[in-house]
Amino acid sequence: MIIFDHVTITYPESIQPVLRDVSITIPEGELVLVVGRTGSGKTTLLRAINGLVPHFTGGTMTGRVKIDGRATSTHAPRDLADLVGVVPQDPMSGFVTDTVEDELAYGMECLGLAPEVMRRRVEETLDLLGLVHVRSAPLRSLSGGQRQRVAIGAALTSHPKILVLDEPTSALDPGAAEDMLAVLHRLVHDLGVTVVMSEHRLERVVQYADLIVIVPGNGEQLQVGTPSDAMRVAPIAPPVVELGRLAGWHPLPLTVRDARRAAGPLRDLLVGHTPHLRPISTGARELVSLQSASVSYGSVRALCDVSMTLNSGEVVALMGRNGAGKSTLLQALVGIGPAPSGTVRVINKDPRGISSRNLLASVGLVPQEPADLLEATSVAEECRAADRDANVDAGTTRALLALMAPEIDDRMHPRDLSEGQRLLLVLCLVLAARPPLLLLDEPTRGLDYPTKARLARILSDLADAGHCIVLATHDVELVAEVADRVVILAEGEIVADGPTSDVVLSSPMFAPQVAKILSPQVWLTVDQVATALDSRDPIGAAG
Amino acid sequence: MLGSLRPASSFREAGGVGSPRLLHPGAWWAWAIGCAVAASRTSNPLLLMLLVVASSVVVHCRRPDAPWSGSFRLFLRMGLAIIIVRVVLQVAFVAGQGNTVLMPMPGIVLPTWLAGIRLGGDITAEAMLTALYDGMRLAAIIICLGAANALASPSRLLKSVPAALYELGVSVVIALTFVPQLAADIERVQAARRLRGRPARGIRALAGAAMPVLEGALERSIALAAAMDSRGYGRSGHVPLSHRRAISTALLIGLVAVCLGTFGLLSAGIASWLSLTTVVLGSVTGIGAAWVAGRRQIRTSYRPDPWHMAEWCVLASGILAAGVFVACDMVGVTLSTATYPPEWPTLPLIAVAGIVVAASPAWTAPPTPVSRRSAPTPESVPA
Repeated sequence: MIIFDHVTITYPESIQPVLRDVSITIPEGELVLVVGRTGSGKTTLLRAINGLVPHFTGGTMTGRVKIDGRATSTHAPRDLADLVGVVPQDPMSGFVTDTVEDELAYGMECLGLAPEVMRRRVEETLDLLGLVHVRSAPLRSLSGGQRQRVAIGAALTSHPKILVLDEPTSALDPGAAEDMLAVLHRLVHDLGVTVVMSEHRLERVVQYADLIVIVPGNGEQLQVGTPSDAMRVAPIAPPVVELGRLAGWHPLPLTVRDARRAAGPLRDLLVGHTPHLRPISTGARELVSLQSASVSYGSVRALCDVSMTLNSGEVVALMGRNGAGKSTLLQALVGIGPAPSGTVRVINKDPRGISSRNLLASVGLVPQEPADLLEATSVAEECRAADRDANVDAGTTRALLALMAPEIDDRMHPRDLSEGQRLLLVLCLVLAARPPLLLLDEPTRGLDYPTKARLARILSDLADAGHCIVLATHDVELVAEVADRVVILAEGEIVADGPTSDVVLSSPMFAPQVAKILSPQVWLTVDQVATALDSRDPIGAAG
Repeated sequence: MLGSLRPASSFREAGGVGSPRLLHPGAWWAWAIGCAVAASRTSNPLLLMLLVVASSVVVHCRRPDAPWSGSFRLFLRMGLAIIIVRVVLQVAFVAGQGNTVLMPMPGIVLPTWLAGIRLGGDITAEAMLTALYDGMRLAAIIICLGAANALASPSRLLKSVPAALYELGVSVVIALTFVPQLAADIERVQAARRLRGRPARGIRALAGAAMPVLEGALERSIALAAAMDSRGYGRSGHVPLSHRRAISTALLIGLVAVCLGTFGLLSAGIASWLSLTTVVLGSVTGIGAAWVAGRRQIRTSYRPDPWHMAEWCVLASGILAAGVFVACDMVGVTLSTATYPPEWPTLPLIAVAGIVVAASPAWTAPPTPVSRRSAPTPESVPA
């Protein structure tokens, strides 16, 4: 179905090819997962399938990509539109029309299908993806999960044989992500569609894949294999695989269910041990206090009667589905967005009353789109500007950046950094003034495991140094790793608030994989298990 | 040209007033253009105000529940701004004509080598009124078009655009949707400035926001273009290049001819038979070229908006309103209000009748369907 024949792709103005001599064949009806670090060329590989690379991006391609017999060198993306459906990473960016129904029909209109056929397929697709009740809704009013499903539906109505998705679950909460993957699973099984997708959160998708393509980056050879083979050697792996590697299970389990079957002996080994938790610093002081705070956007209530306090040295995770009010809460703490009713106090001050110049001395927020904060044309310039803004000695920010991301070059343009590097740069810019309260909105979107691990370490260190950190996130594994306390929001109200292990273990949706495997014992991360095994008996871990 | 023109067997069955549905956008735009033409023929402040009221009533009664329908308020504000700017310009540059001095002001006449422009001068009632009426006329035209924008978004109109003009239409619509997006981006980036500890207001803040906003807009347009291409936008049957060029040229000539002719018709100085001939010839050329080009397109349309009795009613009310005003002008019923010397505006009954007709879509158009956005979604069911 998809044949890459000695394909080498080089972008203009770069010497190194992104992909070098790639030869892979993907048969019909497979669900293929493309994994690799940020910036390794996954997106290039995906976009080469329908000819967007190089027709749209420029650059040179040698070798040949053949899709169901059509070569992309002679067929433009529009001439492959009946064969390949593409779902971009941010669904909103690919929407052409205003409403759900029109969007679903757009591709068919371009292909010139008969009106009766279009009508029937739109109805079928609305049913298949559960979008009937929003069929005439404006696209802007949809939730993240609904948008993602509309984007998939819009690609599906043309009945393509191949569906290409770029990180389809990155912006979704765990529940919406599972729904979306169930839909893909059904497409592969019932309709025989070939699905090629990239994804960083392997814990969500690896069990659905038939084939895994590992893109190592730097133009190195691609590795293709079945999930269990690929996971044995892959540099990045979901927690279930990490635990399997640690415990030496064979065959390596990919699902929680398989792992639970193998986990009996490990559970026995761990009896009598308790997870090592980050000690809560003594002498914590109260940094944030909310008393029946409410925020409304017009007639929509985003936060209702929220009361809580946050203390220094704490890492708090805000969870909840898309649109639950997480971002609104963070914005209220820095004094942007609509004015809240009730009391909001950050270090005994109303954040709306703090002037911009003094804001960073009390609270810093890394927003969902970190790039919004970047204005300068080089990393060095951004750092100097941050020093001036924060009124600290010249070089403070640069030194911080060198500590967190030593590989970032001073001369680079901030827009050319990878997603993860950009996040770390913005984190440094915000941290320059050492705000006691640090807020992060969806920090792990688009981050690979190594970058995420680095971020987790940085956050723990900051908390040890007395910062209070609040993360709004969908990433249960990150929460398990760094958070001391979890607050779950639903419809703008707090529905759960307590220590991480208490809150996440009581919910199947928010429980990390390790907890699911080892329940009823309360282990959250592979690291905790490894530490416990080490302390117990070095030989025991190997057995 | 305007979707499928199917004869309707009966008013009720055709979805007249009874069943809620969205009216064909072409009908709304034709109605609005009719109202705008009517506004362009008069400088009577009472009639202009009545026209604005009529279009506001129609918008209020028949506005769909969609994000773009809030734009009417923006157009009202824009109208007000136009009037103010027009009056201020009058005071600054061409005050001083007429005898009724409201406020004596010093003025200078620039030397002839600077075009002899006159700055300042006594503020007279005559000059102010001329400026006010002029500004009101322009504001009324803008507000009428704003009404169409609120009643039927430009992208809905796009669905009914003839195939040959489709690609041109897409670029216009995308440009239009970028404006609200840009406003949202500026707001977001200004909020982001606060997060870096910089003042969010002021000239420097705006300059600082420009870079990320423009970069974002550029990235988004590239992403949109890629998405459209991947979904088959621009696929077409094989047409030789020379053929395509000939069609485009004919279309362009037709459009220019129609514009020139319309300008001639609306302005009093040019012989009307000449303008009319130009409009007719231009339309024939344009429609012919569009028809030829449309036959080469493979594009089809999903659920084209139907054209029933209600559409005819709305269209007719627009044409009638425009017709009444144009006819009044021709037979000598005065629609302008004299300002030298100033006199009280009159209220010609025939023109008022025309305006009542212009407001009739508030009843003759079908009610808009109620949005189902508040229906429960899977996302709102607790996990």
